[in-house]
Amino acid sequence: MSQAEDKFDAIIVGAGPAGSACAYTLAKAGKNVLVIERGDSPGSKNVTGGRIYTYALEMLEPGIFAEAALERRVTHEQIMLLAGQRAITVDFHQPGFNAEDQAPVSFTVLRAVFDEWLAGKAEEMGAIVACGIKVDRLIEEEGRIAGVVAGEDEMYADVVIAADGVNSFMAQEAGLIQDISAKTMGVGVKEVIELPAQTISERFNLQADEGAARMLLGCTEGIHGGGFLYTNKQSISLGCVFTPEEVAQHKRSVHEIFQDLKMHPAIAPLIAGGETIEYSAHLVSEAGVRGIHPKLHREGFLMIGDAAGFVINTGYSIRGIDLAIVSGIAAANAIIAAAENIASVGPNYIQELNRLKLLPAMKAADGYFEVLETPWIYDKIPNLANDIMENLFRISGEVPLRMKDNVLGAIKANGLTVWQLAKLGIKGVRSL
Amino acid sequence: MSIARLSAPELLSKNKFNVDEEEAHIIIDKAICARCSDKACLYVCPAVLYKLDKNGEMSFDYAGCLECGTCRVMCKEKGIIKWVYPRGTFGVNYRCG
Repeated sequence: MSQAEDKFDAIIVGAGPAGSACAYTLAKAGKNVLVIERGDSPGSKNVTGGRIYTYALEMLEPGIFAEAALERRVTHEQIMLLAGQRAITVDFHQPGFNAEDQAPVSFTVLRAVFDEWLAGKAEEMGAIVACGIKVDRLIEEEGRIAGVVAGEDEMYADVVIAADGVNSFMAQEAGLIQDISAKTMGVGVKEVIELPAQTISERFNLQADEGAARMLLGCTEGIHGGGFLYTNKQSISLGCVFTPEEVAQHKRSVHEIFQDLKMHPAIAPLIAGGETIEYSAHLVSEAGVRGIHPKLHREGFLMIGDAAGFVINTGYSIRGIDLAIVSGIAAANAIIAAAENIASVGPNYIQELNRLKLLPAMKAADGYFEVLETPWIYDKIPNLANDIMENLFRISGEVPLRMKDNVLGAIKANGLTVWQLAKLGIKGVRSL
Repeated sequence: MSIARLSAPELLSKNKFNVDEEEAHIIIDKAICARCSDKACLYVCPAVLYKLDKNGEMSFDYAGCLECGTCRVMCKEKGIIKWVYPRGTFGVNYRCG
């Protein structure tokens, strides 16, 4: 058997959103594509907090979101500041995020369901999706990546695409990264808690198919990180992300801290009566544009999605699935445009990542990284905010504090200075 | 069922696993772990699979692994001498994710 007969235009390692979006786009253009997935089914190894921004699906195929395996349409954007037993919740409601004649801004999502659906769409376009197979290593020939090895099998392609997630062993195999660094990573844990749809709608004040997305600050015992809560159709995804380096110094298990969050007086009633149906965990890049691997390609090889480090965390929103899909489309476009000229695939890919605004969006969000590096925003800020609120609302018959004294007193009580806060404000204004 | 604090084994019992009985995908060298002062794995593993036994020796069970990779990136003394994903089809099988 000659090698040419057996050769694919592209082999994609991993059937997550990046891999499947890439496969979909390539197959649609008539390319011969093989997707190899180590899980039993696409998505069975994958975890999200909870949401996908719809524009990426619109980029893949206009209108496809209507049939996608998604949960609720997010119209409530919430931020919660926890301190001790106390909590401040900000709820921004915009029904227009789910306007009738356009794609909703975002959906809550469960990955095992969504990824399987998206891989199915790629298959409909003609891609081959092979599940239950782990790629062991890459084949290198004449200085370029020429294929993959899985068990006894060798498979060849013009281009191998690493869509194998945050731990990307493929990128390490290709010699493009040493190993990911714990310093730029967060470890996320999540419980999916089943509840009747009606109960969820009532507790979060949601119309029929509306959903809420909530970011939580002050639930990590001062560790760099935060919680999240997403309402699905018939479940709630509750989780928390931590910087593992700080957890190690803090010497308390992420599991323990997360269980505390679950039982918090402002959280427990939201999930009361529910049943936990799954516990999951995943690493996530926290460094934004600084976490993107410096080399995203070499001849015959591209990295997309989490493998490339495409995540944006602004503190109030977290983006990963959309960037994965966009990068998958960018990789596919690069291969289609290159035609026979394989050497141009890499440069084309970077060009596409810019044209589709992925790299510019990540650069624009870089300032958030600086702000989020401030150690005291994870405990002192939520505590300060709650102290000020408590001073406002605790009426005792004494002469109330003047607002100025309330705020200055609370700043001092939290071991902060006006100057520190002003500096953070200036940093925020400068970098955002 | 009402909401309660759940132990790690209770949480893991909610998941679907297809454990590879023939091949451990993570192997530790207890002698190296004994020399490690940080022992970050005790705290960062979401499934709490790294434990100290009565003699203070590190013990680890790969069966409930959620395959996140946090122990691998946090292992300073390289007591984790092998960390690969489980063989195809084996390991955790998320139904929600």
